[in-house]
Amino acid sequence: MTIHAVVEAHGLTKRFGTFTAVDRVDLHVAEGEVLALLGPNGAGKTTTVRCLAAILRPTAGQARIAGHDTVAEAQTVRHLVGLLTEFPGLYQRMRPPEYLAFFGQLHEMQASHIRQRSEQLMRQFGLWDARDHRMGEFSKGMQQKMALIRAMIHDPHVLFLDEPTSAMDPQSAKQVRDAIAALRREGRTILLCTHNLAEAETLADRIAIIRRGKIVALGTPAELKHRLLGDPLTEVRLTQSIDGFLSRVTDLVEIVDHGETWFRYRAARAQEVNPRIVRRLTEAGHEVVAIGELEQHLETVYLRIVEEERAGNE
Amino acid sequence: MNRTAVSTIMRREMRDSLRDWRIVAPILLLTLGFPFLMNTTALLVENFLRQYNAVIISTHMIPFGLMVVGFFPISFSLVIALETFVGEKERYSLEPLLSTPISDAELYLGKLLAAVLLPLVASYIGMALYLVSVMWNLRYHPTPQILVQVSLLTAMEGLVMVAGAVVVSSHTTSVRAANLLASFIIVPMALLVQTESILMFWGRFDMLWYILLILVVADLALVRAGVRTFNREEILSRGMDNLNLGHIARSFRDFLRSGSPTHGDTNAEPVPWWRRLLALYRHDLPRLLWRERSTLGVAALMLAAGVGLGAYYAWRYPLPQGIIPLDHLTDRILQAQGSPVTPGWSWLPAISTRAIFLHNMRVLLLGALLAPLSFGALTLILLLAPMTMVGFLAAQVSIVGGNPWTFLAAFILPHGWLEVPAAVIATAFAFRLGAVLMAPPKDSTAGEALIQAAADFVKVFVLLVLPLLAMAALTEARITPQVVLWVYGR
Repeated sequence: MTIHAVVEAHGLTKRFGTFTAVDRVDLHVAEGEVLALLGPNGAGKTTTVRCLAAILRPTAGQARIAGHDTVAEAQTVRHLVGLLTEFPGLYQRMRPPEYLAFFGQLHEMQASHIRQRSEQLMRQFGLWDARDHRMGEFSKGMQQKMALIRAMIHDPHVLFLDEPTSAMDPQSAKQVRDAIAALRREGRTILLCTHNLAEAETLADRIAIIRRGKIVALGTPAELKHRLLGDPLTEVRLTQSIDGFLSRVTDLVEIVDHGETWFRYRAARAQEVNPRIVRRLTEAGHEVVAIGELEQHLETVYLRIVEEERAGNE
Repeated sequence: MNRTAVSTIMRREMRDSLRDWRIVAPILLLTLGFPFLMNTTALLVENFLRQYNAVIISTHMIPFGLMVVGFFPISFSLVIALETFVGEKERYSLEPLLSTPISDAELYLGKLLAAVLLPLVASYIGMALYLVSVMWNLRYHPTPQILVQVSLLTAMEGLVMVAGAVVVSSHTTSVRAANLLASFIIVPMALLVQTESILMFWGRFDMLWYILLILVVADLALVRAGVRTFNREEILSRGMDNLNLGHIARSFRDFLRSGSPTHGDTNAEPVPWWRRLLALYRHDLPRLLWRERSTLGVAALMLAAGVGLGAYYAWRYPLPQGIIPLDHLTDRILQAQGSPVTPGWSWLPAISTRAIFLHNMRVLLLGALLAPLSFGALTLILLLAPMTMVGFLAAQVSIVGGNPWTFLAAFILPHGWLEVPAAVIATAFAFRLGAVLMAPPKDSTAGEALIQAAADFVKVFVLLVLPLLAMAALTEARITPQVVLWVYGR
């Protein structure tokens, strides 16, 4: 099976005067994939998305959406993408159907199709009952969902979601995350910009970490963790003191930490190693209370990458 | 150009304005209430003036009232334009629009029309109400010319304000900042309306056509500038409206040194000052003059236009015989120039090298200062004015039977071959200080372009214009009077 890259960027660079916002970015997002672009504020996420969405022209390099060049075929690209901006940017005095009709018309949709699609999306996102209210009366979560519907009104091939939950209360953020998760289940191709690590880990298939306009790491959450943090970390808890037991397993694993009644080790093939460790413990007369893989947080990965990159620059 | 997209944008903007009571209430008041107030004023003034058999009221005041009644609602186009262009940016609702397939020009045109049409319709309704009431009460019937002039002036004024607001909005990220910069539109518009009022009371309705022509030219220039500045790149590249004096100073210094900002390029080897000076004369100045050849052409054209205009006024308003005392010129008269003892010549500066040099330098610097405030227009007028006087005097000499070429050769040529090029060069580079605000070069913000234009002006002014002015002043004070005496003296 051939996996087509729907979003492609080769050496994508964007400079504003002497400031380089995006620096030789290479990206490939496959059909139906969710890629999270993770980075601190000002890292270049939004500018990258604006270049990919044919809103800004790259200074160098090129980008293609579904095979269409973002500069030479900018208008086609804008038909193919839906952009959820960081701030909803709704027209507060308008009602949802009128608002969606406006954007539908700009995407050259037929009036009947706009009506049908508006109703479908508003029902899907739970806003149908609020259709007669002016959008200025909406909560933050409702506004962001409305903006998401706007981005999807023309049934775009690719969705760019720029900081979809920033500055939102937890409940509103959850509403929006649920909506994105639903889109993921539908098999949409999504590029998600965020600085929320949990959000990226939950929603994305792959994560690209961007700093000072450069992609400094790219891979699935598991790959990034493995690359940066090493093999999975397993913790064993016993009923009594481990005494001199640790020296009996150093041929199998690397002990990274231990206490009176517990120890942690890294092992590349946990399925093979863990039973052997348990067997040796049992042979030595130890009773195992618990054995399990410790969760390694993406936050640790992210901070390590950012620190390493900073140290490299200095 | 997709007309459906333009119309979609325009209709949405107009609906949005009609839902904003802060816009609708004053427009309604001015459209429906003000014409009757103006009508009452006209009646009162007419009754008062009738006691003195004054007839000015119907012929001059009613057209003035018509213009004022139209101007108040159309002035809202500026408010709507600032809301439409900058307000959307500030409320983050512009970026979703920019992500749609519409072009920059369609978006610009849709918003431009929306900002102009609503106040314009209100203006025309107000004007119609006013006309009906004065026709009813004062039996006044406007001429078709006045109707066409006032209607067109109102529309063009609205367009100038909106197109100007777009240019202003492109330099700001907030409505507050845009409102502050809007004085660059309000002040010239206020002056324009005052000028129109004077012309109307003066009964010079023919002159209104010239005002209309100026407005059309301003509209074209501002719309062109708006199309250049209102685009995705410009809108999204702009950060905060912070004034960073350190950055401005560094950029200015870099532009002055190299012609492009390098910021921190310390790798360049130190060069002795005299070699840098030599390089400036051998490379920088010729390069700058060649680059600005079209602007220099505009300044030269303005110079020629000034001479032509002066000649036209001399032919139209000839001076009485003997007012130019060419036949009585003496060394004493020339030496006393600028003092009360020389009637007919007292308006000229005193003939001293220092006075002439300082006078010319002040005028050219004033032109540079006025350029950013008038988009370069006042700078060109400052060049036009003295050349109009030269043309006027030369033509007068011809009218009284003298040879204008001899007059020019004696009075102007000795120092003019230095002074005129200096004035043209200084004017051209000063003009750019205003022109770049209207249409900044590609890949450069208006601020950067202004700093570069200022650096270029300083470079050319110090290295070329001032030396030329100094030589011209010396010649004008020492040699020109001798030539004049040799040709005309007794």
